[in-house]
Amino acid sequence: MNYKAEILDIVRDHIDMEGSLLPILHAIMDRLNFIPEEAISLLAKKLNLSSAEVSGVISFYHDFRKERVGSHKVQICRSEACQAMGSRDLEKHVKTSLGIDYGESTKDQLIYLEPVYCLGNCACSPSVRIDDDIHARVTPDSFDNLISDIKLSKTRDEDLAR
Amino acid sequence: MIKKIFVPIDTTAIALGSNVVAEIFENALKENGSDIQLIRNGSRGMFWLEPLIEFENNNGRFSFKNVVPSDVLPIMQLLEADDFENLATGNEKFLGNTKEIEYLQNQSRLSFSKAGIGDPLCLENYTALGGFKGLKKALGMKPQEIVDEVKNSGLRGRGGAAFPTGIKWQTVLDTKHPKKYVVCNADEGDSGTFADRLLMESDPYQLIEGMIIAGAAVGSDQGYIYLRSEYPYAHKTLNTAISKCYAEGFLGKNMLGSNISFDLEVRLGAGAYICGEETSLLESLEGKRGMVRSKPPLPAIEGLFGCPTVVNNVLTLGAISIILGQGATFYQDFGTGRSRGTLPVQLAGNIKRGGLIEVPFGVTLKEIVEGFGNGTHSGRPIKAIQVGGPLGAFVPKQQWDTPLDYEAFSAIGAMIGHGGIVVFDETANMFDQARFAMEFCEIESCGKCTPCRIGSTRGMEVLDKIGLQQDVDSNLILLEELCDTMENASLCAMGGMTPFPVKSALELYKEDFTS
Ligand SMILES: Cc1cc2nc3c(=O)[nH]c(=O)nc-3n(C[C@H](O)[C@H](O)[C@H](O)COP(=O)(O)O)c2cc1C
Ligand code: SF4
Ligand code: FES
Repeated sequence: MNYKAEILDIVRDHIDMEGSLLPILHAIMDRLNFIPEEAISLLAKKLNLSSAEVSGVISFYHDFRKERVGSHKVQICRSEACQAMGSRDLEKHVKTSLGIDYGESTKDQLIYLEPVYCLGNCACSPSVRIDDDIHARVTPDSFDNLISDIKLSKTRDEDLAR
Repeated sequence: MIKKIFVPIDTTAIALGSNVVAEIFENALKENGSDIQLIRNGSRGMFWLEPLIEFENNNGRFSFKNVVPSDVLPIMQLLEADDFENLATGNEKFLGNTKEIEYLQNQSRLSFSKAGIGDPLCLENYTALGGFKGLKKALGMKPQEIVDEVKNSGLRGRGGAAFPTGIKWQTVLDTKHPKKYVVCNADEGDSGTFADRLLMESDPYQLIEGMIIAGAAVGSDQGYIYLRSEYPYAHKTLNTAISKCYAEGFLGKNMLGSNISFDLEVRLGAGAYICGEETSLLESLEGKRGMVRSKPPLPAIEGLFGCPTVVNNVLTLGAISIILGQGATFYQDFGTGRSRGTLPVQLAGNIKRGGLIEVPFGVTLKEIVEGFGNGTHSGRPIKAIQVGGPLGAFVPKQQWDTPLDYEAFSAIGAMIGHGGIVVFDETANMFDQARFAMEFCEIESCGKCTPCRIGSTRGMEVLDKIGLQQDVDSNLILLEELCDTMENASLCAMGGMTPFPVKSALELYKEDFTS
């Protein structure tokens, strides 16, 4: 795959911002779901940085990844308030029921699992974020329902496409 | 006759189903051809009651708690009645007049007085509730007069370090640099905190107003809000709020016809706790790795891109519009000792009535946890409370009569921080919490200094050995030494304060470490 055109598009939209590297990396993540290797030299050239500097920024932040992952990002809050409400047990359930660990995607590439450290929903823990939706007081059962919903909507989308 | 229905649109309310409930109400109203207005308001922060739906008639605003889709139909049948509140009394979810809910009545809401009242993005509503009063006053004042007003209020930074805001602003005002910045720290990384988020989602103009005033005070025409990426709803709300402010002339060139200009932009963090530390945040805003800078120079002298920069927390800047609007004396009449004004406390974790509680400094922990919180969510006894986020100590019951006051807290080796309180019930294992504190430091350390980067890894290893009951006594001594090194030799509070929860867990719950 060649992502050059898309990356250059994004760079053009952001190049006039002060400190544009993070907004550019976010935009690439939003568009492609990962940061392709070729982005590094391209960004280095356009932003007048070394490739090592760009790589260093990508590796510093949890939000940026260089590998393509499952299409829906599921984040389990591991912070204290959620732990106080049983997130450690929830986390075990999630890993078993999805059959993956943090940093992994399901075989069908539908779900990517990550830890997160607080979603600001700490009065109604445990909290889970799926893409841009946050869920409160999540139990193993309600988690499984959320995942079923994702699977259902995938089947529906495929049917529609057919 | 009900005229308006309010369904909150903040993260926690949505996470508990408020969007679904709103949709059902909307459809039912449409079907009935009703002209009742459905408003998506912010949240009042009584999160254990969310979705808290309010109904307004000529007699006031009345609320129902924890509304789920099946509650909608029975409520719909009451809307046309003249005596809604009497008919509703039979419903077990009916709470009566919102104003009379004890949890709200016992608070002193200054910064959060407008949160949850109306549509957070409606500028008319904001202005009608007293918004922009502070800004209008500030536009008629000299920069030094604004800074003096902030100094007189006694306001101290709400981000954690409690540094006097007026003094920080004075430093930036006194620099001669042609370019200056105002940066809002909206990285709110501490577990158990959500006050910044609530303000940004429920009353975003208050923050924007505070930032414009800060710009006018120190002579800056560019502001940034550095927002954590874990807050997708706040991100949307802020961006819409900012475009509306531009459209109405509150932001941009020659604001409201004055000679003052101020541009404002939201920048997203990327999932790094350390970027809440102000110098790491500035590095990140510049597009770099979030490595902590050594101080001096202070950001007030050399901050963003080397220019003098005000870095303040969301709540600090939010309080500015109150202080300018109502006067320094009004604000500083609240509080105790050198802790003036109000503190938005966030009650979280295993708690029955969790939420945002804005109280004057001086209220005790006991009044918060027992009075407002009313015990644990599980109904089991409280085992531990952690105050001030992941770097805060566990505070034992004997010390719950400590008043919320920066100095009183540091006297007992604790900290108020950003005002988060996390409650654990008796099933919590405090050895696990100590191990988590080290693990969190290991994950989030910026890596600049050895005591933090290596110390946290060693800390996990030593704790793992203790967990397996290997050489417990000598490993406990090792742990203490390690904590001392981290405390004394780390560059910032990440490494420097991670030992606080570890040591206090060990001191208060030693049995969890030795069995
Ligand atoms: C590890 C660490 C994390 C921090 N996280 C935050 C944060 O999330 N939000 C915040 O406002 N301040 C945070 N601070 C404090 C900031 O460094 C700084 O003191 C604050 O933004 C100044 O604003 P204020 O004076 O209005 O409090 C953190 C400090 C440290 C050491
Ligand atoms: S204490 Fe930790 S987070 Fe702070 S500067 Fe040192 S390595 Fe970075
Ligand atoms: S600790 Fe999980 S949402 Fe804050």
